[in-house]
Amino acid sequence: MTLDAAWAVDWVRRSAAAVAEHRDELVELDRQIGDGDHGENLDRGFRAVVAKLDALDAPPASVGDVLKLVATTLMSTVGGAAGPLYGTAYLRASKTGAARELGADGVVALLEAALDGIVARGRAGAGEKTMVDAWTPAVAAAVEAADHGAPPSAVLAAAAQGAHTGAIATVPLVATKGRASYLGERSAGHLDPGARSSELILVAAAQAAAAAD
Amino acid sequence: MKKLINDPQDVVVETLEGFALAHADLVQVHTDPAYVTRTGGAVPGKVGLVSGGGSGHEPLHAGFVGVGMLDAAVPGAVFTSPTPDQIAPAIAAADGGAGVLTIVKNYTGDVLNFETAAELAEVEGITVRQVLVNDDVAVEDSLYTAGRRGVAGTVAVEKIAGAAAERGDDLDAVAALARRVVDNVRSMGLALTACTVPHVGRPSFDLGDDEIEIGIGIHGEPGRHRVGLEPADALTEKLLTPVVEDLGLTGGEQVLLLVNGMGGTPASELYVVYRRARALLAERGIEVTRSLVGNYVTSLEMQGASVTVLRLDDELTALWDAPVHTAALRW
Repeated sequence: MTLDAAWAVDWVRRSAAAVAEHRDELVELDRQIGDGDHGENLDRGFRAVVAKLDALDAPPASVGDVLKLVATTLMSTVGGAAGPLYGTAYLRASKTGAARELGADGVVALLEAALDGIVARGRAGAGEKTMVDAWTPAVAAAVEAADHGAPPSAVLAAAAQGAHTGAIATVPLVATKGRASYLGERSAGHLDPGARSSELILVAAAQAAAAAD
Repeated sequence: MKKLINDPQDVVVETLEGFALAHADLVQVHTDPAYVTRTGGAVPGKVGLVSGGGSGHEPLHAGFVGVGMLDAAVPGAVFTSPTPDQIAPAIAAADGGAGVLTIVKNYTGDVLNFETAAELAEVEGITVRQVLVNDDVAVEDSLYTAGRRGVAGTVAVEKIAGAAAERGDDLDAVAALARRVVDNVRSMGLALTACTVPHVGRPSFDLGDDEIEIGIGIHGEPGRHRVGLEPADALTEKLLTPVVEDLGLTGGEQVLLLVNGMGGTPASELYVVYRRARALLAERGIEVTRSLVGNYVTSLEMQGASVTVLRLDDELTALWDAPVHTAALRW
């Protein structure tokens, strides 16, 4: 079983639906330790992505084409830190998805590129209470699943579970990057909104892959 | 939420439309993408100055577009930095052939988007320099945070760099002057109440009737400490002391004192703060030779104030005094 552009389009649409559904939750998480715009900004960005997908004359040929469209649209509509961070993640990921079909190794390469992009753009590492803390265990879980011969859908399921675990683990952390870092010790006890939205997006990827199986 | 708005999604665009109508002699407003330029466009041979950031800080930044200050300003969504595809055209519009200086407040989103935009502009052959404003002394352990935030000191950076560009300094000289202001300006703020971002619809943080936040930024984010309400004199001392100590000011020095309202505080209260800040500086033998009191870098309707001190020398004083003609600052 491999994943193709149709999976990527489904992933994007499911991400948009998940962000819209959890918009208020993301706003509230960000309100507690940031400035409360994360849900609004991501929702605006993903709505713009879906509008662009709907307006295409022909379906995209490759996973990379889909992810590139996501990257440029998020960069030009989201703003804040999330726009460049997610934009860079999708842009780097798009470069690994030029092939028409992705196997387990291709999925791992895509996730690794996305994480590398976030780290490079945000200059954040693990443990700083950012989206990196969801992506790092997600990638680790994906690598482990692929190493055990899992198909792409199982690799993404593992990544989604890893992201969930990582997001939850941001709760006790004290933020040292991003807006929440200004709260110092007071940032502990809150789920990081970027880690939560990352989890939503990776769960959407796994659901789209399960639906394609 | 009680606000004079229509649809929360339309606030920024409708603000810009009104701003364009009110100040047609000073500015041109572009809506797709959104940015504001000086009427008449870039001045040939003059260094262009571009700033921007989230909306909701008015008059920052569009209010400072005009002769002697900014050539272009880029407003993002409320409290959200603008995107590179807004900033890059603003940089291009501000370029009179002598390059462009971007003045960026040190917030993660602003820094990331302005960096990307500068790369895009440089591909188009425009020389871009960037100066980061990080005047907020409330951020104590800047090694363990995203670094000190840029707050009300931004006004001084934009004014003085604008005057240097207007007198014909080249890009490196304007950038160096902007950095000199950054090196010599410090701020600290407090909030008596939270603000409400229109599209969120709820206050940015919850604060008890007798509580205040000390060390706030300008995005409605909570401050570093929460303390009980005290008289204005005591609170002013809490703001001014760390500012003066961080600057290492000593007796005999001359400064600019800016008392900035966060949007919901009456001028009368700002002058009460100014009065005490002035006395505290005098006790230390520090002479206030220039002053500014009012709402310049705001957080929507938040009640509160910030105190900014800029160490002056003859050149900085002359550049501060140079003529400026913008919607929000004019002499």
